[in-house]
Amino acid sequence: MLTINKTAEEGYLIISLEGEVDASNSVELDEVIQEALNEDIKKILVNGHELQYISSAGLGVFMSYLEDFKENNILFIIYGLNEKVMNVFHILGLDQLMTIKDTKEEAEKSLHEA
Amino acid sequence: MKHELKLFCEKSQLAELRAFISKTLAPTNLNDVSQNQLILAVEEVCANLIIHSHDCDPQSFLLLKVNLNADTIIFEIIDSGKAFNLIEYKSPEVDSVMKERRKGGLGLLLVRKIMDKIEFETNHSINTCRLIKKLNSK
Repeated sequence: MLTINKTAEEGYLIISLEGEVDASNSVELDEVIQEALNEDIKKILVNGHELQYISSAGLGVFMSYLEDFKENNILFIIYGLNEKVMNVFHILGLDQLMTIKDTKEEAEKSLHEA
Repeated sequence: MKHELKLFCEKSQLAELRAFISKTLAPTNLNDVSQNQLILAVEEVCANLIIHSHDCDPQSFLLLKVNLNADTIIFEIIDSGKAFNLIEYKSPEVDSVMKERRKGGLGLLLVRKIMDKIEFETNHSINTCRLIKKLNSK
């Protein structure tokens, strides 16, 4: 079960993920990111505080957009991942390819510094 | 101790699979991160079979057997679909997944990183994939 909420903050979008991302619902995550790209949003934060699980289907969604983010100068920062979920990113070294911060404050700080 | 689950080939069954493995691993001393890794590895193999070998046909099913031993945990995933030999499959590099904007390809890479040994055999059109985790390793 996955619930996705979008919150428009001043100057950026927060996508909050609650529950579990697997092959049955990763398309929902894909749609939300594609929408943000279509709307030409340049700063995207992903709130992972309530994300309990992610499989390769979810990781693959993030990975498939990294080149688009680079080409379009989009800042994409994930924050608040619990230890289990962070470990899954770490196994494949994806934490080296994406910006991942511990807290919302740190993620916002990165946005302002960029 | 042996545990078994019959898993029908629908993606919506993956949550049930996770709940079953989680319950099965509860008596072990594995911490949350390690348990999550094992759940993930088994799910990746099952999701792969459900989607690619069984085309998400809810009539067909996989059989998962979990063997908890003193020094190893062995997961056996048995199906009778098109044989998918995990050992012969060459996982893409993370870098090429990113550059080619692929959404798939990372799952079996995760399985290889998490498990200590992977075995595959086909016998009279019954395929068995065996994922072995040594305890106190990795």
